[in-house]
Amino acid sequence: MDWLLIIVMLPLLAAVAVGFVPGSQRQAIRGITIGASGLSLLCALIAFLSFEIDGELKFETKVLWVESLDLHFHLAADGINIGIILMGAIVAFAAACCADDITHRVKEFHILLNVMIGGILGAFASMDLFFFYFFHELALVPTFIMIGVWGRGANRNYATYKITLYLSFGALLALIGLIGVYVQTGAESFSIPDLIAKVQSSPIDESAQQWIFPLLMFGFGILVSLWPFHTWAPLGYGAAPTATAMLHAGVLKKFGLYGLIRVAIPMAPVGAQSWLGVLAWLALGNLLYCGLVAVRQKNLNLLIGNSSVAHMGFIFLGIASLNVIGLTGAVLVMIAHGLLAALAFGLSGHLYRQTGSLDMSRMGGLLRQMPLAGSALLMALFAGCGLPGFANFAGEITIFFAAWSAGLKTITVIATWSALVIGGLYMMRAIRSILHGPRGDDWARASDVSPLIATALGLLLAALLVFGFAPGLLTKGIEGEVTKIVRLAKPETER
Amino acid sequence: MGDQLQFIQLEVMVVALGLLVLLADLFLSESARRSLGWVAAGALGLVFLLSFRESFVGLADGEADGEAFGGIYRLDGLALFFKRFFLLTAIFVLIFAMDFASRLKGGVSEYLAFVLFALSGMMFASSANDFSLLFVAIELITVTFYILVSFQRHRMHSLEAGVKYLILGAVSSAFLVYGIALVFGEAGSLKFDAIRDAHAELLENKVFLFGMLFVFAGLAFKISAFPFQVWAPDVYQGAPTPTTTFLAVGSKAAGFVLLIRLFGSVVPELTVQWTGMLMVVAALTILYGNLCALPQRNLKRLLAYSGIANAGYLLMGIVAQSGEGTAAILYYLAGYLFTIVAAFMIIYLVTRDGEGEDISCLAGLNKRSPFLAFALALCAVSLAGIPPLAGFFGKFLLVKSVAAKAFGDAGYFALLAVAVFGVVVSIYYYFGIIRTIYWSKDTSDDSPLAIAWPTRIALGLCVAAILYLGLLPNKPINWANAAAKIEAATE
Repeated sequence: MDWLLIIVMLPLLAAVAVGFVPGSQRQAIRGITIGASGLSLLCALIAFLSFEIDGELKFETKVLWVESLDLHFHLAADGINIGIILMGAIVAFAAACCADDITHRVKEFHILLNVMIGGILGAFASMDLFFFYFFHELALVPTFIMIGVWGRGANRNYATYKITLYLSFGALLALIGLIGVYVQTGAESFSIPDLIAKVQSSPIDESAQQWIFPLLMFGFGILVSLWPFHTWAPLGYGAAPTATAMLHAGVLKKFGLYGLIRVAIPMAPVGAQSWLGVLAWLALGNLLYCGLVAVRQKNLNLLIGNSSVAHMGFIFLGIASLNVIGLTGAVLVMIAHGLLAALAFGLSGHLYRQTGSLDMSRMGGLLRQMPLAGSALLMALFAGCGLPGFANFAGEITIFFAAWSAGLKTITVIATWSALVIGGLYMMRAIRSILHGPRGDDWARASDVSPLIATALGLLLAALLVFGFAPGLLTKGIEGEVTKIVRLAKPETER
Repeated sequence: MGDQLQFIQLEVMVVALGLLVLLADLFLSESARRSLGWVAAGALGLVFLLSFRESFVGLADGEADGEAFGGIYRLDGLALFFKRFFLLTAIFVLIFAMDFASRLKGGVSEYLAFVLFALSGMMFASSANDFSLLFVAIELITVTFYILVSFQRHRMHSLEAGVKYLILGAVSSAFLVYGIALVFGEAGSLKFDAIRDAHAELLENKVFLFGMLFVFAGLAFKISAFPFQVWAPDVYQGAPTPTTTFLAVGSKAAGFVLLIRLFGSVVPELTVQWTGMLMVVAALTILYGNLCALPQRNLKRLLAYSGIANAGYLLMGIVAQSGEGTAAILYYLAGYLFTIVAAFMIIYLVTRDGEGEDISCLAGLNKRSPFLAFALALCAVSLAGIPPLAGFFGKFLLVKSVAAKAFGDAGYFALLAVAVFGVVVSIYYYFGIIRTIYWSKDTSDDSPLAIAWPTRIALGLCVAAILYLGLLPNKPINWANAAAKIEAATE
C-alpha cells in the first residue's frame, strides 16, 4: 500500500474540499479538516505498526516529474522518518482539534491549516531533494500568513515579518547548500538514496564540502532556531494561533534537524567533521542562554517558546557527537519534543482563550479550577524538565552519553547542569505560579478543556508516555539507519 | 527572394496587421473602432498559432541552417521561442489596452498600431544575426516606445515619462551605435558569424573591447541593469499602464534575447574574460533593485524596482555561461511574462477610478474582488520566488546554473549570496503587498470591482500559467532546453 501517499494527500485534498464549502458552514469545515487529519493519523499508525525494519525503503511512491532534471515525486519511509511521520500525524490531528479557537475567516484558516499539514508530512516523507524542499516551503508560507492574519498580541506584525525573513533566509541558505550538493556530486538525479550511493563511491571534493556543510548547517540551523539565530522563535510562537504554533514548533521546525541528519552529514562528512565542533558550542548557547532567558519570562507562551529553543540544544548536541547513540538520541528527542511542544502550545492556547492573557503572575490555582488541563500541563512541564517515563528523558540521557563518549566532555558537563538545573528551575516556577497557590483573580470563570481537545491532548500525552516507556519502538528502526550515516561519516569506526 | 520572405512571414504579418489597423481607423465608425483591438488580438493569436506550423518551424533546420538575407537574419530555436513570447505578450497588452481604451485620448487605433510595430521590432530583434539588423530592430522598438510612453498627452506624468525615456533612450542608442562602429572598425564586419570567427584574436584589442562594452551598455539600458537603470522607475510610473507592461516584459526580453545571442554565442570567449564584470553588474542590479524597492509606496514604481532586481537575476543566467543558464533565463522570462502582465492589469483595475497608484488603494481588495486579491497575491508570491509557483522554479534554475560554476570560483559564491540576500529583502516588500490586500484595516472604498470578461479571462490564463509553470515544469523545461540547445550548438 502507498500509505505515505495517502497520508500526505489526504490533508491536501481536504484543503481543496474546504475550498468548495461556503464559509458559513463552520461545522462542515471543521469536520472535513479533523476527519482528514484523523484518517491520515490512522494510516500513519497502520504504516508505523506494519513497518518492517530491514534497512529497505518502505511504502514507496515514485513518479517522474521533470524528465530533463531527472526529478521524481518520491515518497518513502525508512527507520528514521517513519517515527517522525507518525509524530507529525498525531500533532496534525491534535492541532486540527485545537483550531476551534479561530472565530473569523474560518474557511481560509482551515485551507491554510490543511496545506500546512500536507506540506509538513510531505517534507518528511520525501526522498527527493527537490520535493523535500518544496513541501517544506509549502508548509512554511501558510505559517507566515496564519500568524499575520489570525495571530494575537500587539507584536503580531513585527513577529510575522521577523519570522518570515529569518525562515526565508534560512531556507534559501539551505537551498544553495542543497543545490551545491546536487552540482558537486555530479549525479544527474535529485534522489536522496541515489545521491548517497553516489557519494559513497566518489565523495564530494573536500574543499567543496567545507563550503557546503556550513551552508546547510546554518541554513537548517536557522530553521531550527540555532543560537544565536533563534530570536524569531519565542516571538513568533507568542504571536501565532494555537494550531500554527503546535504544528510549527512541534513538527515543521524539526525539518532542519532532519535535513542535517539526512542530507548534510551523509553528503559532506568531511565538512561535518570540521564544523560539528562549532555546532556543539552553539548548541550550548541554546541550552544555556535560552534556558536562562526562559527563567525570566512572565508570559507562558514566551516561556514555552524559549524552553523549546533550549531543547533544540539537546538535539544539536546529539547530532554534533556524530555517533550512533547520539544521532539515535537526537531523532528520539525530535519526536518527543514534537509531541511535547504541541501539548504545551495546545494547553497555552486553551488558557489564552479563557482570559485573553498568558501573564503567569496573574494565574494561580488552576489545577483545581481545570483538573484535566491542569494535570496535562503539569505532566507537560515535568516532561519538559526530563522526568523519566516521558520520551524526552530517554532521548536526552542518550544524548548525554553520546556527547561524553564523543569527547565533548566540557560541553556535556555544562549541558547537563544547565538542562537539569535551569530547566528544572523555570519549569518548577511555572508549575508553582500557574497551577498552585491562590487562584488568580481573572480566572474565576475559566472552564476546563472540551472533550475534543481533551482527546487530542490525551493522545499527545499517551504517545509521550508510550515512547517514554518503550523507546525501543522507535530506536530499533532509527539505529539501523543512523548506523549507515555514521559509517559514511566515519568509515574507520565499526559502530 | 520569395524563399527569403518565408523566414520573415510572421514579422510581415504583424507589420501588415499594424498598417491595416491604421487604415481601418479611417473607414470605420466610432463604435466599430472599439472592437478593433479584439480583432487585432485575435489576429495575433492566429499568427501565434501559425508560428507552430511544420513548414515554418522546419525552416530553422532546413538547408540554409535557418539563415536568410545573406546571414543577417537567423531563425533558430531561440528566435522562435522569443517570437512566440513576444506575440503572447502583445496579445495580453492588446486585451489590456482595450480595457484601458477610454483613457487613450490620442486615439486607440494608433495606440494599437504602435504596439504592433514595436512587436515587429522585438520579433526582428530575436532573429538578429548582424549588428545592422540588431540596431534597426532596437530602434524600431525604442522609437515606437517614445510614442507609447507619452501617449496620454493630457497627463503631465505621461509626457514627463516620455521625455525622460526619449533622452535616456537616445543616449543608449548613441552608446549602441558608437559601439557597433568600433566593433566594425576592428572586426571588419557587422555579421555575427564573422565576428564569432574573428573575436578570439581581438580579445587584447582595446578598441574592440571598448566597442563591445558600449554595445553592452546600450543593451543594459534596455534591460535596465545597473548602472543604466535610472530611467525605469520614472518611465514605468508615468507611462500608460499597458505601455508599462509592454516595456517591462517585451522590451526587457528583447534586450535579453540579444544579450543571450551576443554573449552566449557570438563572443563566448569575451564573456569568459568579462565574467567578473558581468557578475558585478548582476549583483549590483539585484541589490539596487531590491533595496530601492523597499521604501516605495507607488505600486508601478515598486514593480519597476522589482523589474530592475529581476533583470539582475536574469543576468545570472548570462553569467553562468552555459546552455543550462540560457534555458533558465527562458524559463524565468516565461514566468515573468504572466506574473507581470497579471500584476499590472490588477493594479490598473484597482486604481482606475482614483488618482495615483499608492499601495494603500489595495486595502480591502479581498472584499472588493476576491479573485483579483487572490491573483495579485499569487503574483507577489511568485515574484518573491516561493514554491510552488513559476517564480520559484525559474529562480531555482538560475541559481542552479550559477551554482554549477560556483565551486572553484569564489566570485560565483558572492553572487549567490547577493541573490539570496536580494530574495529575502524582496520577500519583505512583496509581503507588504499581500498584507495590504488581506489585512489592512483602513479601507476607503468597499465597492465591488467590475471586471470585463476578456480581462477576466486573460487574468485567469495568467494565473493558470503561473501555477502550471510552477507545478508541472516538465514540458516547459524541455521547451526551454530545446530553445537554448540550438543556440549553444552554433558556438
